[in-house]
Amino acid sequence: MAVSTQEVRHIARLARLCLDEDEVECMARDMSSILEFIAVLGGRTLEVEAPDDPPPGGEPARRAGPGDDLDTTAETRSDPLARPPSRFAPAWKDGFFVVPRLPGVAGRPEQPDASS
Amino acid sequence: MNPDGVGVATLAARVRRGQTGAGALAAAARSARRVWERGARPLNAFISVGDDAGEEADPRVGPLAGIPVAVKDNLATVDLPTTCGSRFLEGFRSPYEATVVRRLRRAGATVFGKTNMDEFAMGSSTENSAFGPTRNPWDRDRVPGGSSGGSAAAVAAGIVPVAVGSDTGGSVRQPASFCGVVGIKPTYGRVSRYGLVAFASSLDQVGTLGRTVRDAAALLEVVSGHDPRDATSVDRPVPALVAACDRGVRGLVVGVPREYFPPGLDPVVRRLAEKALAALERAGAEVRDVSLPHTELAIPAYYILAPAEASSNLARYDGVRFGRRHKGADSTDALYEMSRSEGFGTEVKRRILLGTYALSAGYYDAYYGRAQQARATIAGDFQRVFRDGADVLFTPTSPTPAFALGERLDDPYRMYLSDIFTVTANLAGLPALSVPVGLAAGLPVGGQLMAAHWREGTMLAAAAAIEAELGTVGHPPAPSPGRAT
Repeated sequence: MAVSTQEVRHIARLARLCLDEDEVECMARDMSSILEFIAVLGGRTLEVEAPDDPPPGGEPARRAGPGDDLDTTAETRSDPLARPPSRFAPAWKDGFFVVPRLPGVAGRPEQPDASS
Repeated sequence: MNPDGVGVATLAARVRRGQTGAGALAAAARSARRVWERGARPLNAFISVGDDAGEEADPRVGPLAGIPVAVKDNLATVDLPTTCGSRFLEGFRSPYEATVVRRLRRAGATVFGKTNMDEFAMGSSTENSAFGPTRNPWDRDRVPGGSSGGSAAAVAAGIVPVAVGSDTGGSVRQPASFCGVVGIKPTYGRVSRYGLVAFASSLDQVGTLGRTVRDAAALLEVVSGHDPRDATSVDRPVPALVAACDRGVRGLVVGVPREYFPPGLDPVVRRLAEKALAALERAGAEVRDVSLPHTELAIPAYYILAPAEASSNLARYDGVRFGRRHKGADSTDALYEMSRSEGFGTEVKRRILLGTYALSAGYYDAYYGRAQQARATIAGDFQRVFRDGADVLFTPTSPTPAFALGERLDDPYRMYLSDIFTVTANLAGLPALSVPVGLAAGLPVGGQLMAAHWREGTMLAAAAAIEAELGTVGHPPAPSPGRAT
């Protein structure tokens, strides 16, 4: 098998999943068979053409924002975090990023959300 | 709920004129649902239904005035739970509402209920739901497709006229094909994903389903548009999508990619697809062969990229902030592991493991890096055929009609192949739809149209032409009253 039971246990630990022995066996078998089909990815020479218009999923659209006038010297390009966060934060107050409050929770702490 | 078969525009106009009301339409939907949910083989299209849907403020304004809409259970609603078809989120109440849902309500629609789905949208049959599988209304021993199977089944059964789904690799189009309805996945960025529970963020897009092209387009027109709460939502005007259905196809160039008609394609699916192409020619379109030579890489690339993104997105389900929490854990690590292991089903675990594996040190370049290259190459293929003159592309939506419940559950890769014709549009961010093209032994078959970014109007004009030439596939037979079938 391409994926051993030992590897499945290791990956499961990384993924914070607790699998019983039957699940480990089953996942090793399934992942091996899936990866066998996926191997076609390595078998072809790919010539990636620079798109005129990148796929929307590949590059999130954005509008001009407060950070757009920041300097783009070689130093900051190589290490964007060389700048203090207050310089690239869209909004900044008392040492914190300011983000919009979620609707309907005014006056309460922000709720975590399940979307991104 | 709609015995005379009129479209949502006519129904909403009746509501605005006071000839019917939101309450009456919701009551009719509840009654239709009861018919389909009784007996030994219930449809099981909904996870939750609002008892008072349609009885809130009587919405007599808006393009969807009074229309009951079914919403896939991965879109956040404040009045009904949002479970994503998962034990992990059973009973979870969102503190906020998805932008799509807010736009529906603003257009006068009522949220009738939340539809069943494969857990976290991972599946092609709606059998991976923690709340039991949805059945196909055309044959209740078959799957409705997935992951938006509940939405497709609810529309096909006539419970609601339109529904919202989400499409990460074909999850609106493939169930639309299996259930004989129209399903649209718009261009990535056309519809806000704020409040859509994330599966694979670079591929996820909200889509719409309806009995006709115009109904699905009407719903899409309402939910589309820029939303500052979603960084991937694009700030550009929403075209008149319903009006685009009347444009006609005279002079339109329809590309037919030969890779989507392999020798092993189900012969009935091939015949019905060819019939749809002949219909487009009769309506004045020019049909021409094209090639998308890297199509064979689409499923392998998708099943690396989507699980990789899912393994990251689903890391937030740790038993601390959301939903299910294991009781009795003696450490934080045990709490995480036990909560996740109890809360997630087998397919979700499989994809998390696959994604974690693909992203792990030593494998990243061979799998994730390579899949990203394949994605760019596939997008380049599409760009070339559109640049060379094709206005839309036509393919079958799925290689087969609906398969039997349980038939592919033990063979994950065979299940993944259900998406072989649909994942490419997600990888390239293109708009695509499925429109019924006929019946094969009593089961619906869908044809897929794809267009260049932001060209939903062109795609809808072609779909409306197919519908006008071939007609809809009609209604599945409703279960007989009193029979425990």
